Amino acid sequence: MKNTIKLGLSVLSLFSALLFAQHALANTAVHLDKAPIDASNHESLQRGARTFVNNCLNCHSANYMRYNRLQAIGLSEKQIKDNLLFAGEKVGDTMKVAINPEEAKKWFGVAPPDLSVEVRARGADWVYSYMRAFYRDETSTTGWGNCVFDPVSCKVSMPHVLYQLQGEQIMNHETHQLELAKPGKLAPAEYDALVGDLTNFLAFMAEPAKQQRNHLGWIVLLFLAVLLVLAYKLKKAYWKDIH
Amino acid sequence: MTNKTNADKKSLVANALGQGLEWVDARFPLSSNIKAHLTEYYAPKNFNFWYFFGSLSLLVLVLQILTGIFLTMHYKPDAMLAFASVEYIMRDVPWGWLIRYMHSTGASMFFVVVYLHMFRGIIYGSYRTPRELIWLFGVGIFLCLMGEAFFGYLLPWGQMSYWGAQVIVNLFSAIPFVGPDVSEWLRGDYLVSDATLNRFFAFHVIALPFVLVGLVVAHIIALHEVGSNNPDGIEIKKLKDKKTGIPLDGIPFHPYYTVKDIVGVVVFLMVFSTIIFFAPEMGGYFLEANNFVPANPLVTPAHIAPVWYFTPYYSILRAVPPFPGVGFLGIPPSLFPGVAAMGLSVLVFALLPWLDKSPVKSIRYRGRLYKQWLAAFVVSFIVLGYLGTEPSNVWGQFGPWLGNAERATVVARIFMLVYFAFFILMPWYSKKDKTLAVPERVTG
Repeated sequence: MKNTIKLGLSVLSLFSALLFAQHALANTAVHLDKAPIDASNHESLQRGARTFVNNCLNCHSANYMRYNRLQAIGLSEKQIKDNLLFAGEKVGDTMKVAINPEEAKKWFGVAPPDLSVEVRARGADWVYSYMRAFYRDETSTTGWGNCVFDPVSCKVSMPHVLYQLQGEQIMNHETHQLELAKPGKLAPAEYDALVGDLTNFLAFMAEPAKQQRNHLGWIVLLFLAVLLVLAYKLKKAYWKDIH
Repeated sequence: MTNKTNADKKSLVANALGQGLEWVDARFPLSSNIKAHLTEYYAPKNFNFWYFFGSLSLLVLVLQILTGIFLTMHYKPDAMLAFASVEYIMRDVPWGWLIRYMHSTGASMFFVVVYLHMFRGIIYGSYRTPRELIWLFGVGIFLCLMGEAFFGYLLPWGQMSYWGAQVIVNLFSAIPFVGPDVSEWLRGDYLVSDATLNRFFAFHVIALPFVLVGLVVAHIIALHEVGSNNPDGIEIKKLKDKKTGIPLDGIPFHPYYTVKDIVGVVVFLMVFSTIIFFAPEMGGYFLEANNFVPANPLVTPAHIAPVWYFTPYYSILRAVPPFPGVGFLGIPPSLFPGVAAMGLSVLVFALLPWLDKSPVKSIRYRGRLYKQWLAAFVVSFIVLGYLGTEPSNVWGQFGPWLGNAERATVVARIFMLVYFAFFILMPWYSKKDKTLAVPERVTG
């Protein structure tokens, strides 16, 4: 009986292991490039904030993000007011947009989502890859396709807002690779860096307390490590007579 | 001179305190309760690693209640405002992010410590006579905790919150005859909506915490009535010091186990803090990415999975084939078998005290047969838990020779059978098992 159970168990685990290995091989999700995230690089975050406010914050809101929170990436209140507030917003306001969601839905088929926590929902690598994956697709309503957004249909509601910077890519249907057909204002490496900064900023915006959180974590752990030594010695002292 | 005055002062303070205590004791059993539950509650001296998780569960309960109070001060139980109010807590409330992460991490860690606490009960036979009621109160706590987690998970009003609640409440509509009415009654609407959010908030912050705390008190009162079990599964009350009446292998809970538990608490807090400060999402297992998208009743996520602590039971739900229906009798097809199996997979824990027929309590004195069954159970719990986090086509399909069945579903079915066999066959294998002789006194 014992041996039967043992045999059964080993067969089961072998079986699962085989299936698991096969699954790993069969996994064909869309490839995402690693986003250059560096929360301590204030210059990158500031460049990203500029790109975001100038290009994204017309259709996409960031309703949970306050302008004055940008002080955390090294901007003064005056710099924020002078460079990032265009329509009479207060520095303590959140990043709202004037676009009417219902009209936007008519124009694009879907209202542009709020981007406050987009990186937490999709991941930084996704955002970084997505913003670099637009290509000319005459069959779509906006004239653009994007296989990161939808790996199956490669359809996307958002037009390529940064196309003047990146230029126009086309899909080579034989190799399934994107090729730059018409260069933009920026060289490919420069465009990648711009999107990298933008992604870095979106990642910061998704959780502005993250740096404080990581910093505090080390202090808390250090405190607990000291407390652990004391607690352990206290326990030893009390327990020396037991056994 | 100074020393003398200091000593005088000390005795003055001591006298005042002593008189204060007398005053209280004449009106409330303070000293006697401290004695009964701490300083003269004799616990076996051989508690090991596994015995930390009871006090840790209590710690997490207190943390959840305290952080929950502060979250309630800023959270808005309103479908239009809920998601934004959580982000408001994360950004604008001073230390709000810390309180929220403590609460969200606490929810998962509650299940970690409770699962380890339950496993301790299983391996050392802590559910056996005379501790059946402790175990039953414990199962009640576990059910309550599942309810707390389920109701609380709706509150952030993200996509996973919404669709998770939708799926689980819909399960009730599979109950024959009354099902659809029951699920509508739970929701307060035809679909998960503002009405649902409001009542789940009420359940989460008032109804279930009351029941939970009540059950915890009953759990501890029952424990202190019969005394703690230990890794040897020996009743220490059988051998007492003839003069004092104190169990020979017992030591006062305070100070011995209070100072020991502090060590456990600090180690736990180190793990807890590491998660909170460095990985609060735990790779999507504690906070799911999809829950950072506001709830949208019109967009169903491609893959809806419950949080990790529910996934073994969710796997069982999916593994059971639906009832095909009997056409000529007018009995419609039904998903009820899966729902019933899921309910049973949780409730079956309550039967353990009566399923276990072994002459010994602790795994230390059990034979190989029991150990193999226990290992099989642990493996199936983990495999089912893993499969529950993935879509059922995660491992692809078998060929036509197995009717193109989904591999993961077939594996889940096999492990589900092992899961239930562990319980159903226990009366047989626990009796047949070759056990070792149990010593008189506890071992190290």
